[in-house]
Amino acid sequence: MSVDKDTVRRIAKLARLAVPEENLAPMADALNGIFNWVEMLGEVNVEGVPAMTSVIAQKLKWRPDAVTDGGNADALMANAPEHEGTFFVVPKVVE
Amino acid sequence: MSTAFTLAKARDALKARKISSKELTQSFIAAVEQGRPLNAFVTETPEKALAMAAASDARLAKGEGGALEGLPLAIKDLFCTKGVRTTAGSRILGNFVPPYESTVTQNLWNAGAVMLGKTNMDEFAMGSSNETSAHGPVFNPWRAKNSNANLVPGGSSGGSSCAVAADLCLAATGTDTGGSIRQPAAVTGTVGLKPTYGRCSRWGIVAFASSLDQAGPMTKTVRDAAILLGSMASVDAKDSTSMDVPVPDYEKLLEGGIKGLKVGIPKEYRMDGAPPEIAALWDKGADWLKAQGAEIVEVSLPHTKYALPTYYIVAPAECSSNLARYDGVRFGHRAKSARDITDLYEKSRAEGFGAEVQRRILIGTYVLSAGYYDAYYARAQKLRTLIARDFTEAYRKCDVLLTPATPGPAFAVGDKSDDPVAMYLNDVFTVTVNLAGLPGLAVPAGLTETGLPLGLQLIGKAFDEATVLRAGLAIEQAAGFAHKPANWWRAA
Amino acid sequence: MNAPVPNKFIKGQTGEWEIVIGLEVHAQVLSKSKLFSGASTEFGAEPNAQVSFVDAGMPGMLPVINEKCVEQAVRTGLGLKAKINLSSIFDRKNYFYPDLPQGYQISQYKNPIVGEGEVFIDLKDGSSVRVGIERLHLEQDAGKSLHDQNPDSSYVDLNRSGIALMEIVTRPDMRSSEEAAAFLKKLRAIVRYLGTCDGNMDEGSMRADVNVSVRKPGAPLGTRCEIKNVNSMRFVALAVEYEARRQVEIIEGGGAIKQETRLFDSKLNETRSMRSKEEAHDYRYFPDPDLLPLELDVAWVAAIEKTLPELPDEKRARFVAAGLSPYDASVLTAERELADYYEDLAKGVDAKAAANWLNNEVLGRLNRDGLSIADVPVSAAANNAIVAMIAEGAISGKIAKDLLDIVWNEGGDPRALVESRGLRQVTDTGAIDAAIEAVIAANPAKVEEVKAKPKLAAWFVGQVMKQTGGKANPVAVNAALKKRLNLPEEG
Ligand SMILES: [Mg+2]
Ligand SMILES: [Zn+2]
Repeated sequence: MSVDKDTVRRIAKLARLAVPEENLAPMADALNGIFNWVEMLGEVNVEGVPAMTSVIAQKLKWRPDAVTDGGNADALMANAPEHEGTFFVVPKVVE
Repeated sequence: MSTAFTLAKARDALKARKISSKELTQSFIAAVEQGRPLNAFVTETPEKALAMAAASDARLAKGEGGALEGLPLAIKDLFCTKGVRTTAGSRILGNFVPPYESTVTQNLWNAGAVMLGKTNMDEFAMGSSNETSAHGPVFNPWRAKNSNANLVPGGSSGGSSCAVAADLCLAATGTDTGGSIRQPAAVTGTVGLKPTYGRCSRWGIVAFASSLDQAGPMTKTVRDAAILLGSMASVDAKDSTSMDVPVPDYEKLLEGGIKGLKVGIPKEYRMDGAPPEIAALWDKGADWLKAQGAEIVEVSLPHTKYALPTYYIVAPAECSSNLARYDGVRFGHRAKSARDITDLYEKSRAEGFGAEVQRRILIGTYVLSAGYYDAYYARAQKLRTLIARDFTEAYRKCDVLLTPATPGPAFAVGDKSDDPVAMYLNDVFTVTVNLAGLPGLAVPAGLTETGLPLGLQLIGKAFDEATVLRAGLAIEQAAGFAHKPANWWRAA
Repeated sequence: MNAPVPNKFIKGQTGEWEIVIGLEVHAQVLSKSKLFSGASTEFGAEPNAQVSFVDAGMPGMLPVINEKCVEQAVRTGLGLKAKINLSSIFDRKNYFYPDLPQGYQISQYKNPIVGEGEVFIDLKDGSSVRVGIERLHLEQDAGKSLHDQNPDSSYVDLNRSGIALMEIVTRPDMRSSEEAAAFLKKLRAIVRYLGTCDGNMDEGSMRADVNVSVRKPGAPLGTRCEIKNVNSMRFVALAVEYEARRQVEIIEGGGAIKQETRLFDSKLNETRSMRSKEEAHDYRYFPDPDLLPLELDVAWVAAIEKTLPELPDEKRARFVAAGLSPYDASVLTAERELADYYEDLAKGVDAKAAANWLNNEVLGRLNRDGLSIADVPVSAAANNAIVAMIAEGAISGKIAKDLLDIVWNEGGDPRALVESRGLRQVTDTGAIDAAIEAVIAANPAKVEEVKAKPKLAAWFVGQVMKQTGGKANPVAVNAALKKRLNLPEEG
């Protein structure tokens, strides 16, 4: 599998990263270098091997249904690049 | 006052009231200032440190105090610290000031520790040399014989390894996703322990790869690692992957020696082309343990060579998702004059993330994307199962494994930054441990011919940090590693 | 999949078309706190007042699952007669949107908590249709973006962010707008019976994504369009109608249906393409590494099953067995409150009489006043007393209605009121005979008419009732009158 400029453009869009046109080809090269190296995984027979979902031998912990958090709107706004009252503000989103 | 204390010695001196936390803390504040050329700290918190020291002295005066009362520590900038800027080594967090304290650091403050500041690191813990930090590289306090070339302190916890090696703090916290505690410890002549996954809470630590990340101590001695881990570790209801296992007294469990301990030597760790110094040190380590009554057995971890490529699928995949929240909306860097919301995302993230982080986000996005998931991510998670099974098999024959910690000593700043795969190979001995969720300890064991530190690694069974530490203590005692870097930075 | 039913086809220029509908319903789990955080789920709070650092996707924050939400999902699954999966997995669904603070939604993709189940819907013509449930999974709700506060900006409120939703996905088993609306109504009844969702569609507690396609009867499935977030049963029906017509017109005009996401505009009664969702989706699902697989205990599931209430279908069957018509039974079991009210009202009296009384008198008055069963001013016990008194012959049907009006407006105990206001039915023959004599004396001409045309006796009965203030027992009046005027038995 080889990554080309269009692939980099597509995944950069999915990842919401602006990659300038002139960087697409070098990025494709860098990714190909890594993917060529990773190709070696193809030689392992993984048939019947379960994919790991967790290294932990433990059941998922549950918490009781109680209101223990929230009421922090001001603390939430403290690091916001832009806010209006206790709303976060972003450029107009068109639906 | 000198800052060349171990954590244990300083603790005992404080308890005996031979020194005060205030004096100790002032000395470290001065050392941190003098150490600025090393670029180990990104945020210094001297006032906070002095206030915490004063409170500790008051408690000590009343005969009270926790396990770390009055002891000045450095905190990797990946731990969220309430009211203190936390950057994860990235521009994208801007001047993020967390309104909350990570569980691990809260545990430390509850035990009475004093915070000196936040240490430099590779951006989002992605790197093995601390060169990807938005705050610039950290320099290793160690230099090769007859050389003024600046070397890397390892990464990603390079600021912490540097600060411990240069006596800028008594000990530091680190995090380890593929070797980020052990590898920098090894190349700075310090001790680094990555605990079992689930031993330290991840709550409040900026996530890189959630299934691999684990916090741990970076110290001057094995005893110090045992002490610090005892306070960092906890069972945390706020972290679903925190394991419900009580925290033992690791320092106490150091006693007893290693007579009868079965030490496995995984044959696959003899890598072609590795420097002969590494192999020689490894053999020496085995001899040291044998001399103290351990039994050496050869074991096999057949999937070892697949660990790094597996890691470079799993970790970027998780990172691509974990780093999606850095979007310029609720905190952190926001690009100016964005045309619309998509433009805002794309520009903010392109401006905020450095090259290595962007590369990993793209790798992760690719391996999870439609049509590639099975070939990459699903296959890598199956390999993880095989890698973990290798360890289970090996532990039928032994109690602990001995391996080199790194493929070589610290290298020069800039040496490997152009070749990602060459850089990734620094973690070749450490990364398997993260994939299997096991504890691993790097202990300084000797110097290269050029006078640079090298470490050995001990790998244990899940939640058996005690055995790892006891074996580490045996190596430490046999190696008698008492070397210190020349103090060149004070003059700089 | 259900067989084609010709009377549900719609007509196009080229013949008949069958509509195929599947629903994805998002039902908000009834719980105090969110799925993965301790913030409140209460509706209507100040912006961002019910947001934890977890819900805001702050660095280093981690999810911990709410046991109540797991229980509610299992309870709903059991109510849908569905398979409960003892091991399920939470995945991340990755996409960027301002009201999605983590950059991913925690959902369940390949391994949902609930597998296949079924719901039976009751149609107006008395028929019943089976709708297959494909799955039910737990997931986080997103926040809300407000677009009309400012000309250049959108405002983001994360109060909803992280609230637990059950996404319930049906098979494409519905064939008309009526069926789609009936399914939603039935599902709403089930979750409300179970207490797992309040079903409040105005507050967004239940929203449906409606998948619509059309085909020639018997042909393979056509290309579908998904109409997002339709928030009332009426709109679901209208959206299906519009969308099916639109698709038929396109196909008959030689065009092809483009698979896309559309929205329903309730002002214009039409569906419209959502351009913002046009971009090709690649959600890059993978298991959330912050969570472990969700494991359920067989005994724990069984214990929940034991606490399940009687559900609408079972209740309906029991009502029919007690003598109600299937239609009445459906109406009375549609809402749990109504069914409970009915059962209290029907205690010890005739089931059918109680149902008629509830339908005609109680619901009629509620309708007139624009009230729901929750606001009814007369208790079920009081109505039960009234219906019982009719059966006992203590009051007439006419008096019963007046009595209900009194209790409705003034309150009071019906039995006491009957005594204090002298409403008791007169069965004393002396009094009835006296009244008959008075009416005969006043209307001699009519007497002759009745004798010629016995059917006019009803007029006399009415006059006698009037004379007694409605309190006379009409049966007794009828008998006495026939005797007095020598009318034949079958009059
Ligand atoms: Mg949907
Ligand atoms: Zn959904």
